Amino acid sequence: MITIQACLDGVLLGVLFALIAYGMALQWGVMNIINIAQGDLVILGGYIAYFMYLYGIHPAWGVIVSPIIMYFVGVGIYKLVINKVVDRDLFISILATFGISILFMQLMNFAFGADVVLANSGYGTTFLFDSNVVLPNSKIFSAVVSIVFAICLVIYMKKSKLGRAIRATAQNARAAKILGVDTEKVYAATFGINAALCGVAGALISITFTIHPYMGLPYTIRSFMIVIVAGLGNLPGVAMSGMGLGVFEEFADYLLGTEFRIGSVFLLLVLILVYRRFKLSRKREYLK
Amino acid sequence: MNKNIILYTAILIFGITAPFIFPAFKVQLSILCVLIVLAMTWNIQGGEMGYNSFGNILFYGLGMYLCASVQVGMFFPLAEWTESGGEKTFVHTPNQFFQGMAVGLVFAAVIPTIIAGLIGYSILGLRGHYFAICTLGLGVAAGEISGGIEIIGAGQGFTTPPFPDVGGLESRGEFFYFLSFLALVLAFIAIKSIYSTRFKLILNAIRDNEDKAEAMGIETMKYKIIGWMISAFFCGLAGGIMGGLVGYIDSTDVAFDGREMGVFMVLMAILGGKGTLWGPIIGATLFHIFKEGFWTFFLGWQYVALGVLIVVIVIYFPEGLMGYLREKFPEKFGEVIDEADRKAQVELK
Repeated sequence: MITIQACLDGVLLGVLFALIAYGMALQWGVMNIINIAQGDLVILGGYIAYFMYLYGIHPAWGVIVSPIIMYFVGVGIYKLVINKVVDRDLFISILATFGISILFMQLMNFAFGADVVLANSGYGTTFLFDSNVVLPNSKIFSAVVSIVFAICLVIYMKKSKLGRAIRATAQNARAAKILGVDTEKVYAATFGINAALCGVAGALISITFTIHPYMGLPYTIRSFMIVIVAGLGNLPGVAMSGMGLGVFEEFADYLLGTEFRIGSVFLLLVLILVYRRFKLSRKREYLK
Repeated sequence: MNKNIILYTAILIFGITAPFIFPAFKVQLSILCVLIVLAMTWNIQGGEMGYNSFGNILFYGLGMYLCASVQVGMFFPLAEWTESGGEKTFVHTPNQFFQGMAVGLVFAAVIPTIIAGLIGYSILGLRGHYFAICTLGLGVAAGEISGGIEIIGAGQGFTTPPFPDVGGLESRGEFFYFLSFLALVLAFIAIKSIYSTRFKLILNAIRDNEDKAEAMGIETMKYKIIGWMISAFFCGLAGGIMGGLVGYIDSTDVAFDGREMGVFMVLMAILGGKGTLWGPIIGATLFHIFKEGFWTFFLGWQYVALGVLIVVIVIYFPEGLMGYLREKFPEKFGEVIDEADRKAQVELK
């Protein structure tokens, strides 16, 4: 029974991770930037939903409001910082976003306090298998919402003009520029969409789990891990590896204890990278 | 050459007399020495080898825990020590303290070096940002895991042995200052001497084009691991000293502090100019002054100021101070400029 419980929890959690990872894959593929502040954007999105909850609005509305606010936050970050590091070395972008991450972490700490908070959605729980498996409805709600958002985004990327421009820029920024795509605008929109996705995920996390100003970095690492396992631009892969990571985490939590949960995620990242390094070195290639 | 000897003697004399000239800043000066060691050792990876590591904090934290545990464990049961927390049931005699510190520092330096050698083969095969993220993960994982181990204090932290009551009130500060200054001098001599050998050229070749270096017959992996081990040695030593200096070890806030110390060492090297001998030293000094200024004038907002500082440095000064000077006065750095060639290039543009 505990296995089923952990698997279900993990899958529902993994869908959320996959949503964040999709944002990261998007900006990584299009702008060639690794955003360490990804997790902090998620937490900021969560606080938006939490504040709606504090002022008496049902936190589920955060799923709509938070991405709209976060889109502008993302565009703002792009205009202030990211557009200066887009063409540079990847390491520069890692460090710059690390700075943003520290900044956000601390600003959130001032603004919202260092308490662990959650927005209570009041959705109740579902009991399965003679009450042996307990599933909060909020988790199911969050998984469904993330899937809906992901599908909407995929359709948008396929059909809309901006989506086509984004995909063209990802393939070859120079060629896209020659053919009249305003890459600067595309980059800003990509970063904004990424931040909006983080906002959705954050709002859902504030409903289902807890948020805390310092909890950002693990989300960044998880999404990075999911992206490298799945590969850029491989959507089913992102979904699958997201769920896999969720299940892994639930089992690590159950087997090793909660205090080793985050540690095991980071160790898994190291192990995956090392595994890929050995796999590729057999072909005399390296991770690019 | 003559000028260099005068410069080094002046710095040495300043270093030895500093705690007596500025008695109020002894702790700050010792921290500065440790920071310089960290920045210089990071520079071996990030500056010379082109491998931007966020994970040197792993060795720093390991050294910190190892030094303190050995110092306690040599004379008293470790588990009971950590359990008693702040209220000390065991007291080190001066002899025990110094003996423990000496043995502890040896362990703190040697074991991270061995670990670096062991994990080096797998980690250093990664390149570019994969290496950066992987080492970031290593540092944070170490912090999270050590935060769950009971015998070294788990979440509540580990108090290092208090300094024994010898030589008056000032002796603690002086002891740690000279210890860290000694570590700094050792690190400087070691790094300066390896920078004047073929080893540095190999590291630079790896930075500039690793595949080509390999094609030229250099066993790049061997040299990468050796460079990483040198870093680990001094990081561990610095960590051991810092642990004794701070007096309290917490897994994520003091030892494996990837968000602070792990980024600081990168920043210091970048601020001063990576890939130079003096860059990290100047960068660390400037950074320490900045940081202490922030902590004094923006109390409460220091991390906000720090985040802004990181972004500004990275965006506007990626070459650092030495890089800027090098561009301005290339002759001083021994770079010969062919005027005719430059003119030809200007004309081409």
